[in-house]
Amino acid sequence: MRKTVTGLLAGVGLMWACGTSAQAQELTIFWAEWDPANYLQELVNEYEAQTGVKVTVETTPWADFQTKAFTEFNAKGSAYDMVVGDSQWIGAASEAGHYVDLTDFFNKHKLNEVMAPATVKYYAEYPSNSKKYWSIPAEGDAVGWSYRKDWFEDPKEMEAFKAKYGYDLAPPKDWKQLRDIAEFFHRPDQKRYGIAIYTDNSYDGLVMGVENAIFSFGGELGDYSTYKVDGVINSEKNVKALETYRELYGFTPPGWAKSFFVENNQAITENLAAMSMNYFAFFPALVNEASNPNAKVTGFFANPAGPDGHQFAALGGQGISIVSYSDNQEEAMKFLEWFIKDETQKRWAELGGYTASAKVLESPEFQNATPYNKAFYETMFKVKDFWATPEYAELLIQMNQRIYPYVTAGQGTAKEALDALAEDWNATFKKYGRH
Amino acid sequence: MATVVMTSLDSKSRAFSRGLSDIKIRNLFIVPTILFLIIFNIFPLIYSLGYSFTDFRASTNAPANFVGLRNYRELLNDPFIWSNFAITAKYVIVSVAGQVIVGFGTAMLLNRDIPFKGLLTTLLLLPMMLSMAVVGLFWKLLYDPSFGIINHALGFGRFEWLSNPDMALYAVAITDIWMWSPFVMLLSLAGLSAVPKHLYEAAAIDRAGPFYTFFRITLPLVAPILMIAIIFRTMEAFKTFDLAYILTSQPTTEVISIRLYKMAFQEWQTGRSCALAYIVLIMVLAITNIYVKYLNKVKER
Repeated sequence: MRKTVTGLLAGVGLMWACGTSAQAQELTIFWAEWDPANYLQELVNEYEAQTGVKVTVETTPWADFQTKAFTEFNAKGSAYDMVVGDSQWIGAASEAGHYVDLTDFFNKHKLNEVMAPATVKYYAEYPSNSKKYWSIPAEGDAVGWSYRKDWFEDPKEMEAFKAKYGYDLAPPKDWKQLRDIAEFFHRPDQKRYGIAIYTDNSYDGLVMGVENAIFSFGGELGDYSTYKVDGVINSEKNVKALETYRELYGFTPPGWAKSFFVENNQAITENLAAMSMNYFAFFPALVNEASNPNAKVTGFFANPAGPDGHQFAALGGQGISIVSYSDNQEEAMKFLEWFIKDETQKRWAELGGYTASAKVLESPEFQNATPYNKAFYETMFKVKDFWATPEYAELLIQMNQRIYPYVTAGQGTAKEALDALAEDWNATFKKYGRH
Repeated sequence: MATVVMTSLDSKSRAFSRGLSDIKIRNLFIVPTILFLIIFNIFPLIYSLGYSFTDFRASTNAPANFVGLRNYRELLNDPFIWSNFAITAKYVIVSVAGQVIVGFGTAMLLNRDIPFKGLLTTLLLLPMMLSMAVVGLFWKLLYDPSFGIINHALGFGRFEWLSNPDMALYAVAITDIWMWSPFVMLLSLAGLSAVPKHLYEAAAIDRAGPFYTFFRITLPLVAPILMIAIIFRTMEAFKTFDLAYILTSQPTTEVISIRLYKMAFQEWQTGRSCALAYIVLIMVLAITNIYVKYLNKVKER
């Protein structure tokens, strides 16, 4: 009898041990549905080949990404071991305990020195300057521009442009030139339009678009350490920036009031616009002749400077975090160790991912790999981001509510919209005891 | 032989052969149903009512603090919320009125002897059989200013339906009217076919005109069933979410359900959104009550 019981216990123990081990051989990373997620899946297939650990990149459309991720976090669900979460989530996710504290891991591998400074600041650290890290910079990204080289380089167009504006037609160096070129190419009777900008108000599309103007006009969204917004978000610089953005909207194709990354790439592929704003992560589709018949005549430039020479861009991209409810945290940590290796980061960039590794970004191989990588590299050193505080979603919705009617319908003035926004944000920060 | 069989049955089988007692029916069917309702309907309702008096946020691990009526007070003083209610009211009036006019009008046409009446009725019912998401995407293409068939058919050039803030709500209402008029039509048809023929014959003998016949015979007799259609459609229109969300997501089409969704699942203001859900529930109940009272009056007449 004793032998039987011992045998049974041993069998159960073995099964349990095997079960645990088998469970740890699989990891799930949650991300939004876009090309970089496909590149990541290709990359992690190589991890499986090396280690036998199967990693699945599970995706959902961008519109559902935040809701789905936070629903799982709030339920303390273990469906995802890691998440490539948006930069503005970091305050909400870390303060609520959804992310594993990666400070020790960060310091051990000196990621402060390994990754580009902006990516560490915006994707990994929270609160700002606290030296506490919650993510490993994974997909660097920022907003840049694509344009139709064939339209710009047409001698007749060049001549006509110079006659009208008094300077040469070329990729814009500042927002005034951007506006002039958009106006010049805006020809509804020929079904050609000047520019494609972000206008979608459902998540951060419009806000990111307007940020490009605000930051380059020398403005800010507020003081991120004191939460002061009055006189900052509604500053004169921001008013001018918003007015310029509204003016640019007048040169977009018809029905452009709900446009984000898909439509802005279509503006180039379908011969709709001369210039188009988009995240660098969407540019691979524009150099691919299979997805862009105009691939050979598509050029790229970084976000132009504002009237006082400031040149910044809105930050996109994400860091990768370990979900604190994951049953496979150790295995996930091993994966991150592999992910930050120089050779992995190099491979990540080769596959099309935007590595945050400073060494890879600085390398000539990376900068010459695509027509836009150099612009991306330059942009990543002059990026700024939205609020990353836990109440970011409310701030985002309030900004959309205030600026969307002005930008797309001309309701009220830029000053009125931003004054009202300052009031909204003040009330929100007061509600959460920020000041 | 039968006697032998009966005597060989045990007591349970004998009880079954006599049929189930009331107590057994209660235990087998009614109690589980009530339990199911309590667990999945009543309990969450009460639980969310409790949350509506707290500052709970599901996205944080912080405990829920009792804040009394603060959420209700703040919501009722929030001009954005009132603007959402105003948009919803406008949408309900346009959409339900449109459905009643189109649905009842179609039913009047179909209530005659026309060829292929059955086939025609079935085809007209198709829109309401489609899913909201499909209808939303389908109409988004139809409304497209560049290649949408609506502008082409109406000769409107590049008229912007969905991105024009003044037009977007009407565009959503038109889609809803297209989708749900068949529902009103179906109920109206049932009501029209139940009107006794002899009343029309008597009216014809008395040389009553078509308007008199319509307002004195048809409408009063169909009114109760039409009121039921209006109650259903008003409740549905008041809660509308999918069509407005898929088609536009404009501030001018942000009906109260969309605001509620954003508050609950994007901003994670759980307590506050529970309070808003209760305000909406009370409003829907109040409107329905007014309708039901009116319906009873119509029936009495």
